[in-house]
Amino acid sequence: MARVKKKRLLLRREWCKGCNICVAFCPTHVLGLDEENRIQILDESRCIECYLCEWRCPDFAIELVDLASEEADGAKEGAA
Amino acid sequence: MATLDYVRRRFLPHIWCPGCGHGTLMATLVRAIEELAIPKDQIVMASGIGCSSRIVGYLDLHTLHTLHGRALAFATGVKMAKPDLHVIVPMGDGDALAIGGNHFIHACARNIDLTAIIMNNQTYGMTGGQVSPMTGHGERATTMPYGNLGQALDVVAVARAAGATYVARSTVYHAPQLKKLLMKAIQHRGFSVVEVLTQCPTYYGRLNQRGDAVEMMTWFKEHAVPVGSDARKDDPARFEVGEFVNVERPEYCASYDEIVTRLKPREDEHA
Ligand SMILES: Cc1ncc(C[n+]2csc(CCOP(=O)(O)OP(=O)(O)O)c2C)c(N)n1
Ligand code: SF4
Ligand code: SF4
Ligand code: SF4
Repeated sequence: MARVKKKRLLLRREWCKGCNICVAFCPTHVLGLDEENRIQILDESRCIECYLCEWRCPDFAIELVDLASEEADGAKEGAA
Repeated sequence: MATLDYVRRRFLPHIWCPGCGHGTLMATLVRAIEELAIPKDQIVMASGIGCSSRIVGYLDLHTLHTLHGRALAFATGVKMAKPDLHVIVPMGDGDALAIGGNHFIHACARNIDLTAIIMNNQTYGMTGGQVSPMTGHGERATTMPYGNLGQALDVVAVARAAGATYVARSTVYHAPQLKKLLMKAIQHRGFSVVEVLTQCPTYYGRLNQRGDAVEMMTWFKEHAVPVGSDARKDDPARFEVGEFVNVERPEYCASYDEIVTRLKPREDEHA
């Protein structure tokens, strides 16, 4: 069943130390490490927005961003 | 406020090794504070010395980086002077229970309203993997190359016996549970202790062939059982997580205030 996406993943590659914690414990295998051993998204459509990657990352390098509030912020900026 | 508003971003990425559990504890603690919506200027965080104690450098709160083992002494002074502030004291297992062990038991007994967080990686990370009071029997350390002759202290039992009024344990694998326990500990009025198992892949992990951070966290996952569970009988390596103590006793600063009020000369005595 297709789900409505409420969040998107925000990666801070420059803070990532390639520990693999988020990759190994993601229940739906959304994440991977790239050739420089830093976080990358393999397939975001599989993300179930469980937050476990964000909560276990030791380096603030991955975060779920709320799409609705991001849109609202965008609208505000547009109006300004 | 967003999570990173509590963080001194200019100092990131932090100094901790890849996969060090201390980073996850820091992120979880920030989320606990964020969810409690405590303004930054109402929190004081005091730490001692160790990899764990570096946490205060990264958080945009009132922070004190003090002496090895003495964070609770500094925190006690702050709390006595400013009892309305939340005072949080993150400590390494060596910091809290070796050099700082006496401060720890007396802070428990006093029941002063501080939140002590024991970042237990079962070793001295900062100085290169020496044995700590929380290293298990037979586990290796640079100072116990053939395995620890002693046994690990059970900090939950110590805190309970010494009189702490809130005592809990979790691990960085269990970040969602850990956040809830930290929130309760911060809100608790009295001395609260949260033991957090955190991995040091660089020393403890390497010396004991525990694998990388993921393997060490998987070990936490597989060995943690809820408080009171019988499952520990089958495997002595299992440990309980959750809340162990949550009781009320007179709080130290409140008792001090009562005496001040009682001894203050009444208006009519001045006349
Ligand atoms: C008075 C004093 N004694 C010894 C030291 C050396 N020293 C620095 S950190 C440390 C132990 C760190 O271990 P722990 O508190 O468990 O924290 P970790 O580094 O593992 O997070 C020691 C013994 C010191 N800095 N000051
Ligand atoms: S939120 Fe959950 S499902 Fe999505 S990437 Fe993170 S761990 Fe995987
Ligand atoms: S948990 Fe964080 S630091 Fe580790 S690989 Fe994932 S994003 Fe990078
Ligand atoms: S030495 Fe151990 S405790 Fe210290 S930063 Fe590295 S992994 Fe963490």
